[in-house]
Amino acid sequence: MFLINCPYCGERDQQEFKAGGEAHIERPKQPTELSDDEWAEYLFMRKNIKGVQFERWNHSHGCRKWFNMIRDTSNDEIKAIYKMGEKPPSQ
Amino acid sequence: MTKNLRVKSSEYIDETNRISFKFNGRTYHGFKGDTLASALLANNVHLVGRSFKYHRPRGIMTSGSEEPNAIVQVNPGTNRTEPNVRATEVEIYEGLDASSQNCWPSVEFDIGGINNFLSPFFPAGFYYKTFMWPASFWEKYEFFIRHSAGLGKSPSSSDPDIYDHRNIHCDVLVVGAGISGILAAKNAAKNNFKTLLVDEKNELGGSTIFENNEFNKIDNKTPSEWLKKEIKELKNIKNLEIKTRTSVAAYHQYNYLLARENLTDHLEAKDKKNKIRQRLLKIRARKVILATGALERPLIFNNNDRPGIMLSSAIKKYSEFYGVACGSKNVFFTNNDSAYESALSLYNKGINVEAIIDIREQSESKIVKKVKEAGIKVYWSHTIVDTAGYKRLNGISIMKLSNDGTSVTGSKIFISCDCLGVAGGWTPAVHLYTQSGSKLKFDEEKQIFLPNQNTSEQMSVGSCGGDFKIDEIVKNLNQKLKDNLNIKETDLDNIKVEIDQENSKRNIWLLPSDKPLGKTKPFVDYQNDATAKDIKLALREGFRSIEHVKRYTTTGMGTDQGKLGNMHALGIIADTAGVKMGELGTTTFRPPYTPLTFGTIVGRNVGKFFDIFRRTPMNDWHVKNKAEFENVGQWKRAWYYPINGETMHQAVQRESKAARESAGILDASTLGKIDIQGSDASEFLNRVYTNAWSKLAIGKCRYGLMLNEDGMVYDDGVTTRLGENHYIMTTTTGGAANVLGKLEDYLQTEWPELDVYLTSVTDHYATASLCGPNSKKILKKIIPDLDLSDENFPHMSFKEAKIGNVQCRIMRISFTGEHSYEINVQASYGKDLWEKCMEAGQEFNITPYGTETMHLLRAEKGFIIVGQDTDGTMTPIDLQMDWIVSKKKYDFIGKRSLYRSDTMREDRKQLVGLLTDDPNIVLEEGAQIVSELNQNPVEMLGHVTSSYFSPNLNKSIALAVVRGGKDMMGKKLFVPMENKNINVTVANPVFYDEKNKRLNV
Ligand SMILES: [Zn+2]
Repeated sequence: MFLINCPYCGERDQQEFKAGGEAHIERPKQPTELSDDEWAEYLFMRKNIKGVQFERWNHSHGCRKWFNMIRDTSNDEIKAIYKMGEKPPSQ
Repeated sequence: MTKNLRVKSSEYIDETNRISFKFNGRTYHGFKGDTLASALLANNVHLVGRSFKYHRPRGIMTSGSEEPNAIVQVNPGTNRTEPNVRATEVEIYEGLDASSQNCWPSVEFDIGGINNFLSPFFPAGFYYKTFMWPASFWEKYEFFIRHSAGLGKSPSSSDPDIYDHRNIHCDVLVVGAGISGILAAKNAAKNNFKTLLVDEKNELGGSTIFENNEFNKIDNKTPSEWLKKEIKELKNIKNLEIKTRTSVAAYHQYNYLLARENLTDHLEAKDKKNKIRQRLLKIRARKVILATGALERPLIFNNNDRPGIMLSSAIKKYSEFYGVACGSKNVFFTNNDSAYESALSLYNKGINVEAIIDIREQSESKIVKKVKEAGIKVYWSHTIVDTAGYKRLNGISIMKLSNDGTSVTGSKIFISCDCLGVAGGWTPAVHLYTQSGSKLKFDEEKQIFLPNQNTSEQMSVGSCGGDFKIDEIVKNLNQKLKDNLNIKETDLDNIKVEIDQENSKRNIWLLPSDKPLGKTKPFVDYQNDATAKDIKLALREGFRSIEHVKRYTTTGMGTDQGKLGNMHALGIIADTAGVKMGELGTTTFRPPYTPLTFGTIVGRNVGKFFDIFRRTPMNDWHVKNKAEFENVGQWKRAWYYPINGETMHQAVQRESKAARESAGILDASTLGKIDIQGSDASEFLNRVYTNAWSKLAIGKCRYGLMLNEDGMVYDDGVTTRLGENHYIMTTTTGGAANVLGKLEDYLQTEWPELDVYLTSVTDHYATASLCGPNSKKILKKIIPDLDLSDENFPHMSFKEAKIGNVQCRIMRISFTGEHSYEINVQASYGKDLWEKCMEAGQEFNITPYGTETMHLLRAEKGFIIVGQDTDGTMTPIDLQMDWIVSKKKYDFIGKRSLYRSDTMREDRKQLVGLLTDDPNIVLEEGAQIVSELNQNPVEMLGHVTSSYFSPNLNKSIALAVVRGGKDMMGKKLFVPMENKNINVTVANPVFYDEKNKRLNV
């Protein structure tokens, strides 16, 4: 159970949060222009890395805000947390 | 009668408080402060159990949580009974009843004991090799194994005790209150760190508290005296919380630890009442200081498991702390100096020590000299080759050890004794350290695993960090505290320590005997009866990984997780395979460190607190009117209202008819309600629903279907435009929270430019749904001044009104196909609204109906229920709801997926109506549908999703999903059941009032 530093509320227990999959996958602005393959790439393909991964998290039992997290999935070390729309901090 | 072996008064034993307790049905006496183990030993009882596989008699071996043998069932036959409890940890109280666990029919006469003589047939992997075949026999094997080798019994009635959870946040958590833990906690707290100190024992001080080696001095006092003074000072320190009888069970990442605080287990039954028995502490610590100490290692030699063979340190603790002599003729067997301390402890109390067998060639330490001066015979370079005695040790045979330690020479000497103290050196208790994810390194010189790579803010101090001598402990602890806590001065700066310097050690993992290994029984894991022979066999059979050897031989897999024998298992594997210990790695220590009760884990979350119930404001009325309830998510919803002993079917038929013939009323408060405001609210709805919303006039309602991005139906409901920038959305009861989450997700992450605010108001409103041809008359009675004409208040529109002084929102919408109104009031007026409707509707025989009737009525109309008629694989097209999918809108969630090749297939499962040829047969929901009965294998076309007997149509109706069903109108299909085939015909899913005339009746 890790501690997550919500950018809006501060440090809270993991229980208050929900993981939301890979980050920085933008919904296509013009879906109708895409081929089936291109749309499928957006819709289904996720990386699921062992190691450093960019993720979306939601403070679902707190402020309900979404934010981004860089986490090492092999040891659950949280490398960085930053707000939606922000660029990942350079490491 | 047994003799009393209480030899000395101890300040930890209250001899004025005599306690009687039962063990295996016999009454014994002990004193307040005794553990079950110390009290039994004082009564000269060593035999406490039988081993798991061979049923060999076993005795108390240790004085702590590492005990492998003395595993007892406490208070058997009561609802407080608990299996797998270590006698060394049970504090006795008046009325305690305990019994041996692993023996049948009794510990003295054990049928399974014959396994001991059959032992050549019980090699490593015996269970795997024998009981695996044939598989059908497993039940018989299991019966036999469980019966003759009981693993304790769980209570048969519910637990009467109360359990609790507590969250603790602290700067520093210190685990273990031995000398290192106490000094660490004291200095942390003094430097303004909020500190928690926990220890599994009832007294602070660890083993130093009875450390009276005269050659070790702290500030010119014995360590024991000095530490007692330190403990007294703890009381006056601010910022320090101390919890005894508290065992840390798990150490998770991010310094999150779980500990069990034991509050009443040491009290008699009458004092346990109404008190919390155990409390689970959920601890978040900025820094964790592990001071968990070290466990003494046994030595592995032939027949090293007889009752009376104990750890040397345990004998010392029983003598010094409990005032109990474990035997009257004692011998020690050692590879280091610590056995000499135990020997002196007994000698100083006038207890006979026959000899010390030392596998070393010599030792020059002061304590060894002192022992020799006392006239105790020391056999250097000797080893025990065998022991004698069945239910109690009565002697040992020793021989001279060869220089390389692999064989014995010379003649055998027999020494008679009734107690043997074994000292094989010390293993740092690194269990919690490794649980945290931190890594160990093997120290080839000390032959121990030591903390190496810390993964969190932690430090290991004292003997769990590899410091065994008091001078090292104090010096290294001082430095670690300064480095890790950033403090400049500590109490430890000025402590003067003198120690007995010499401390040589000779490590031999498996001691030789004059007999070949195959003819000996050197036990490595006492609880699971794994011998050195088994481990070697596993290696011969090709097992190499330590994890595999462990599972194959069951070494380390007992309730003690092999706290005593794991190191020897590793050592024997390394020696046999010719590799270094460090290369072998160690097995994983998993939580809990000591077993936890289920009660502690669940805490207060039992019975009605197991899960949250949500009840509507009208709930009391439903209960009073004898409604049956069903669970919908966490909601308790009225299901149907039986009267005069009606069955569910009878009640639902009556309710359904009444709703269509006159008036019905449904508690719809559980529907999800989301308040949507903002200048972009219309645009937002356009993007999340499949249909168009921009042109919806204020005061109008519209049904909407929401998809996932993959094009599959996710939720549905009616949304009403309350104002220019204000909507109220309803969702399904079960989907409310997820819909809100999904909408927030899009709003925050994909469309942050939209000016929209979402608020869940589900619990803020109570909703009564009034339906039927007389619903208008009833509403008129409640709100006389509201114009209910179709011109002013048509279907799919909304009015705000007042019932008395209570503001309400009324939507004229219908889920039944009848003329109906959904009336929403503030939740606190819900019951009042309901009662007003019932009163006004009395003359029309208004009938309350529950969820079952609601389902039936909507099925007559062919309205879907998301989650019942859909399952996450249905598009709106599959549901034959093409009309709700806007062709004009450029985009909405899921739109692109509706044009994927797979979602456009013509042979997808599609929603259809089904009518049985025999109108009285009601199909089973979930039943499969086929077109051919004689195919092999038969092709499944789909299944029934909703099915009812319709009282209004007087026939059975069903909804189903059928592959290519859209084009099958009128086609004959079959529903094959266990003992009959039902003939059905595909039909229009709208069974009732296809032209929607009844909406305006
Ligand atoms: Zn937050």
